[in-house]
Amino acid sequence: MTTLQVMFFFFSLITVAGGLYTVIARNLFHAALGLIVSLAGVAALYALLEASFLAAAQVAIYIGAIAILIIFAVMLTRGVTGKNPVKDWWTYTITAIVCLLLLVVLLTTLFRFDWPQTAQAAVPADSIARLGKSLVDPSLYVLPFEVASVLLVAALIGSAYIARDKK
Amino acid sequence: MVPLSWYLIVAAILFCVGVFGVLARRNAVAILMGIELMLNAVNVNLVAFWRYLEPDKMVGQAFAAFVFIVAAAETAVGLALIISVYRNRETVDVENVDLLKW
Repeated sequence: MTTLQVMFFFFSLITVAGGLYTVIARNLFHAALGLIVSLAGVAALYALLEASFLAAAQVAIYIGAIAILIIFAVMLTRGVTGKNPVKDWWTYTITAIVCLLLLVVLLTTLFRFDWPQTAQAAVPADSIARLGKSLVDPSLYVLPFEVASVLLVAALIGSAYIARDKK
Repeated sequence: MVPLSWYLIVAAILFCVGVFGVLARRNAVAILMGIELMLNAVNVNLVAFWRYLEPDKMVGQAFAAFVFIVAAAETAVGLALIISVYRNRETVDVENVDLLKW
């Protein structure tokens, strides 16, 4: 078991355990904290995959913005009683069985193919510069990039309007 | 080295955990958290494929960056809607907010 494999196991364990805690915790704030742990685990997986820009962007965007937004929403939508209603155990069992079936389908499809054991080539040394250039190159991805920024502006203005105080 | 299939397995497990969160929770914010887990699983898949199959093209990382952006926009709009629903109905329990159901 090489060091890289040990690190991979550790980070994926953190990711999956955080995700499981997110979907099981009764207290919503604890679930949000579990989501943060899971997102941090995914950032570590990106770093293992040598996508350093995406690892930093994951921490800044997901943990630093989206998770904070979710915590705000949890605090702003507290029920009067403070308790969170849950579904009955029968629904949970059927849902868990359905999700396990979905996992079985995904894994059997995955194992049909012969995936490479090691990476085919090395990541170029200037991959972040290349990513930046590809996002503004007219023959590459400048159009989706600009459309995505318009989308973000529209979504944020719209959500600020929807959630404004109406008094 | 870590084989590519291990990354795909982790992404599949994370995706199914997210699906369970969406289907089995009554609070709308908890459902949004499940959606975030699913989007992250898809991103892990994309970046793993980029690294193992085509590391000198930037298309994998650009695709993952666009998924980031769309997830952020969707979370903002979804949470604003949930807050608005809470202001009008005092609840975010999806079992009670079902006016459009048959």
